[in-house]
Amino acid sequence: MDKFLKKEGTASFLSAVAAVIMGLLVGLIVLLVASPSNALAGFGMILTGGFSDMKNVGQVLYYATPIIMTGLSVAFANKTGLFNIGGAGQYMVGAFAAVYVGVEWTFLPPVLHCIVAMIAAMIAGAIWGLVPGLMKAYCNVNEVISCIMMNYIGLNLVNLLVRQTIFDSARNQSYWPADSAELSKLGFDKIFVAGATPSSVNAGIVLAVIAGIVMYIVIDRTKFGYELKACGLNREAARYAGINEKRSIVLSMVIAGGLAGLGGAFYYLSGAGAGIAITEELAAEGFNGIPVALLGMSNPIGSVFAGIFISYLKVGGQAMQSLGLAPEIIDIITSVIIYFAAFALFFKLMLAKLSAGKQKTNANAEPVSQNAKKGGTA
Amino acid sequence: MDILYFVIQQMMYFSIPLLIVALGGLFSERSGVINIALEGTMVIGAFCGTFFINQMQGVLPGQPVLILAMLVSIVAGMIVSLVHAYAAINMKADQTISGTAINIFAPAFVIFVARAIQGVQQVQFINQFRVDSVPVLGSIPVIGPMFFQNAYITTYIGVTILVISWLVLYKTRFGLRLRACGEHPQAADSVGISVYKMRYAGVLISGALAGLGGLVFIIPISTNFNATVSGYGFLALAVLIFGQWKPWKIAGAAVFFGLMKTISAVYSGIPILVGLGIPSNIYKMIPYVATLILLAFTGKNSQAPKAEGIPYDKGSR
Repeated sequence: MDKFLKKEGTASFLSAVAAVIMGLLVGLIVLLVASPSNALAGFGMILTGGFSDMKNVGQVLYYATPIIMTGLSVAFANKTGLFNIGGAGQYMVGAFAAVYVGVEWTFLPPVLHCIVAMIAAMIAGAIWGLVPGLMKAYCNVNEVISCIMMNYIGLNLVNLLVRQTIFDSARNQSYWPADSAELSKLGFDKIFVAGATPSSVNAGIVLAVIAGIVMYIVIDRTKFGYELKACGLNREAARYAGINEKRSIVLSMVIAGGLAGLGGAFYYLSGAGAGIAITEELAAEGFNGIPVALLGMSNPIGSVFAGIFISYLKVGGQAMQSLGLAPEIIDIITSVIIYFAAFALFFKLMLAKLSAGKQKTNANAEPVSQNAKKGGTA
Repeated sequence: MDILYFVIQQMMYFSIPLLIVALGGLFSERSGVINIALEGTMVIGAFCGTFFINQMQGVLPGQPVLILAMLVSIVAGMIVSLVHAYAAINMKADQTISGTAINIFAPAFVIFVARAIQGVQQVQFINQFRVDSVPVLGSIPVIGPMFFQNAYITTYIGVTILVISWLVLYKTRFGLRLRACGEHPQAADSVGISVYKMRYAGVLISGALAGLGGLVFIIPISTNFNATVSGYGFLALAVLIFGQWKPWKIAGAAVFFGLMKTISAVYSGIPILVGLGIPSNIYKMIPYVATLILLAFTGKNSQAPKAEGIPYDKGSR
């Protein structure tokens, strides 16, 4: 048990679980205060709504797709010690690039059209990650600040470009991408269906999972991934070891941006009938990548599951609307999860103290630090 | 000339809340705590303030309601910032993450509460707070129409806060100690200053000002609060950086950013600007682009407080 507690991964996992429990608890309390009569029924819907029928299971995967991508984006940058809060901007410029190609480049044949749209989204997102990356590497500018600026530049630029190029004044949003640019349904609409209404889930979720696996391999099994991680752990030491740390920082942000941009493509190429709306608000999917990455402990595979979990809550929250409760409760729960996930360090220290304390009694008067090195053999 | 008066009056509506919130951020960052929760704090402040007005408007006359509502917003903002302070100071949490949590929490919370209480998420209020002309001062030529007509008392409160902030930060013992905690907390601690207390003070002041700024932002430009302050908290963060963490430069940045915002909102009514044919989104983008460019040039020898964002650990002294 001590050995189990001492593993780094276990501690992160336990702190993530603790954060989720706190989030759900606060959600329940808010529900109880707001509407005592419906609170328990509503809370039950949050917990089970995602499984209520096959269509909802599909919707969970559908909503998970973009936030898995932005979550991977945050997680990837995090490996190099960078906090990518620019997911919203990268996501939106990616979405615009994909929709623009989807609407305008109809001369392309079906599958190729979709691929080109996704590549365009990746490039646009990558450019939005490149700027903070360059500024961090060469001008010593905190990436959090530059990412926030890039978010709003992206938002306004997308509003401007949508208005001037692919604006559908009847719907007050952009035109929808052509059918030939849509992601394949892969037969999911036959599986995830309730009555006659199929879910919107499509090939995007498969691609998102593949992206997670590829990222896992790159981070854990390649020299490039090792260099990125080395930069994240100790920049000076990495430079001393001959790693080009500036290049690593820039590439890390570029790839993170590309992932978020691709998330935008997945959402708008889903064929669910969505154009880019003119809005003054940043895309929520961009920010939701942060809880996904935090809950996934910055692990790519963990982020895939965390994305599905957050999306599961969201679908449950929509089901809860039938009781007249606002679905915003899900965002409240998510934010509390993020808040307590930020305590991870404190939580880990507590766990370490707990197991160290146990050992002290076992191994008589030996100093604690030596015990820790022995790895809980006592 | 009328257009100039109009633009300046409008500009105040945008610049003053930016100024107040950015000064709030200044106190927090100068004490060593990054507060990107300004946006969320503004939302909570604006909600509590407008809801107070919504409830009390029938009972009390115009200006007193506004002043009480401002106090409500200040208290609400301080409560929110307490949550951030606890994470950032006691729990040594990542300040960006805890700030992000508050930014996601705030709009969701106010929508949820508004719907639970009144069914719809918009909080309505009647705008009866505009002062057509300040007695005596309003009739001064040129300056009168610019600054003392069609104004809100919030404008003068904002300017007062600017002067007080400067005095507090640079002319009092408290200000010196606060700044010390942001530059070198170990040194501050070694001479007996409580870093934790100072940082709590900084974050609480930032919460108070951000909460107030939220209400000040909503009052002149709308008659309902719809759970958003349109990214003004983040824009205030840009003002803070563009102002290089100095009160008077922040005021200059707030005026510049407010002007850009004003132009983007009213340019269709100004013939010269219509002639230029620049879309409004470009004007909205300029503050962010300008901040990025400034950062690129000043990043190497940034004026940012040295210890901002780093949790203070007594053990590492």
